Amino acid sequence: MKKSKAVNQKRATNQNKLIQIFARIKARMYEKHVGSKIIRGMVWFSAAITVGILAFIILYILVKGIPNLTPELFEWKSTTKNQSMMPSIVNTLLMTVFTLIIAIPIGVGAAIYMVEYAKRGSKLVSIVRITTETLSGIPSIVYGLFGYLFFVLACGWKYSMLAGALTLAIMILPIIIRTTEEALMAVPDSFREGSFGLGAGKLRTVFLIVLPDAIPGILSGVTLAIGRIVGETAALIFTAGTVAKVPSSVFNSTSTLAVHMYVLLNEGLHTEKAYATAVILLLVVLFINGISKFAVSRLTRNRGEQ
Amino acid sequence: MNKLKEKIMQVVFAMCACASILSVALICLFMLTGGVPAMLEIGIGNFLGGTSWKPLEGLFGILPMIIGSVYVTAGALIIGVPIGLLCAVFLARFCPKKAYKVIKPAVELLAGIPSIVYGFFGLVVIVPFLRDTIGAGKSVLAASIILGIMVLPTIISVSESAIRAVPDSYYEGALALGATKERSIFRAVLPAARSGIMAGVVLGIGRVIGETMAVVMVAGNQAIIPGGITEGVRTLTANVVLEMAYAEGRHQEALIATAVVLFVFILMINLCFSLIKRKGGDK
Repeated sequence: MKKSKAVNQKRATNQNKLIQIFARIKARMYEKHVGSKIIRGMVWFSAAITVGILAFIILYILVKGIPNLTPELFEWKSTTKNQSMMPSIVNTLLMTVFTLIIAIPIGVGAAIYMVEYAKRGSKLVSIVRITTETLSGIPSIVYGLFGYLFFVLACGWKYSMLAGALTLAIMILPIIIRTTEEALMAVPDSFREGSFGLGAGKLRTVFLIVLPDAIPGILSGVTLAIGRIVGETAALIFTAGTVAKVPSSVFNSTSTLAVHMYVLLNEGLHTEKAYATAVILLLVVLFINGISKFAVSRLTRNRGEQ
Repeated sequence: MNKLKEKIMQVVFAMCACASILSVALICLFMLTGGVPAMLEIGIGNFLGGTSWKPLEGLFGILPMIIGSVYVTAGALIIGVPIGLLCAVFLARFCPKKAYKVIKPAVELLAGIPSIVYGFFGLVVIVPFLRDTIGAGKSVLAASIILGIMVLPTIISVSESAIRAVPDSYYEGALALGATKERSIFRAVLPAARSGIMAGVVLGIGRVIGETMAVVMVAGNQAIIPGGITEGVRTLTANVVLEMAYAEGRHQEALIATAVVLFVFILMINLCFSLIKRKGGDK
């Protein structure tokens, strides 16, 4: 017993010596390469800048904006005098719900087809992949113009919530399809085999076995999409319009919070109110990001248990 | 009965998958039929090469806007790429594990901030700052700074995964040959991750060129070719969003045609992106 203790101690001192020697070699290496030190400094500096910018933007807007959050900004009716953002907040909620109602079934259905039904190397799947990639690259202003030409003019819906929601639904489709696809692919094949082995059909397997397991992944995609909807401006100005009123039907014009902020800034008279709107937008985005993180961590924890 | 249900649902799922194809087809169709006739009537040379945009006099030349978009994009890349790339290197190779848990979500949050908030931030912080220090105000420079910040998350996340995809043996081999950590990363790992990093930059170009609300706030929006980085500029996207609200007839068609030009740019960039990605995958 004692002997082994002594051996351990000796080993430890040897190790320490080795570490010292390596440190010395390393130090000499760095003396020869001053450039390495500079580069290391630049790498740390860049990371600091990135985080610093984010912190600065958030703190600046919160500090400047929170004092501007007055009760009259939350009055139920918006007038030219109070420029209340309450209708816009309600509109943002409605717009988000409508868009998701349209986009989630289609997006999830598409992902189910691509992962569960399509044969390997299917032509349709590769075309769908290309088109979703194309969709995710199209700028929101082009979506806005398309929505204007198609939903507003060709379908004759005028500036309406429906036109806005459909435009946004196309815009978030790629996010939903991609995240659902990944979530479905992460479900182990043994789940499907087990279900088939018990005599369940394909449909039953998909809806009762595969989808429930993929839900956290799908949810994280949905929260990403919500973030996109809440922050969207360019695609909505020419489709849903800029009327700051809670609509009585889906065929009425509405303005979401981001559009409301654009209108305020465009008029140029309401900087304090724009600050307040920016605070609310920022808080919503922070909240959504938090939820998405939570969903992802749930997902990875589930995987860890298996 | 059950068989029938299965078949029906398969068709329904297939139709869902076709929704994205249908969307792209509709977008192409409506943008092209909305914009191309006006482009032909104005004359493609006059439209793309004309230097004056005066809708009231019937002059529709979008060259200033094309050049404006190119200037602003180049500026954003000059600011965004070095910082983004170094930050990606930091995240992939230097970052302590505990710090990673803070910095990675921060980068993702940077991507989540709405563009109108970026524009507002530029308007109330960067524009006054530039006006006081170099007398520039709303300018190419201000737009480049804001877009440079906005493009960071794209470049960082794509480059980071490209750097992580390089086998560790490259890095270890370089270390074993006596190179410092930095030398190993910048001389052995980064060249191997080149195509992934390029893909990130190209994706970033797409984001910058299509950005609208942030640019409108800080670029000044004069429809003339800027003479320097301290002068105002109007991009293709800004042109559409500024005038669409009141445009009519030919003017409106010309704006749609502007968006078509933007759309074609984006399609070309997307093509480049997938080509680079495929080339990277072959290796």
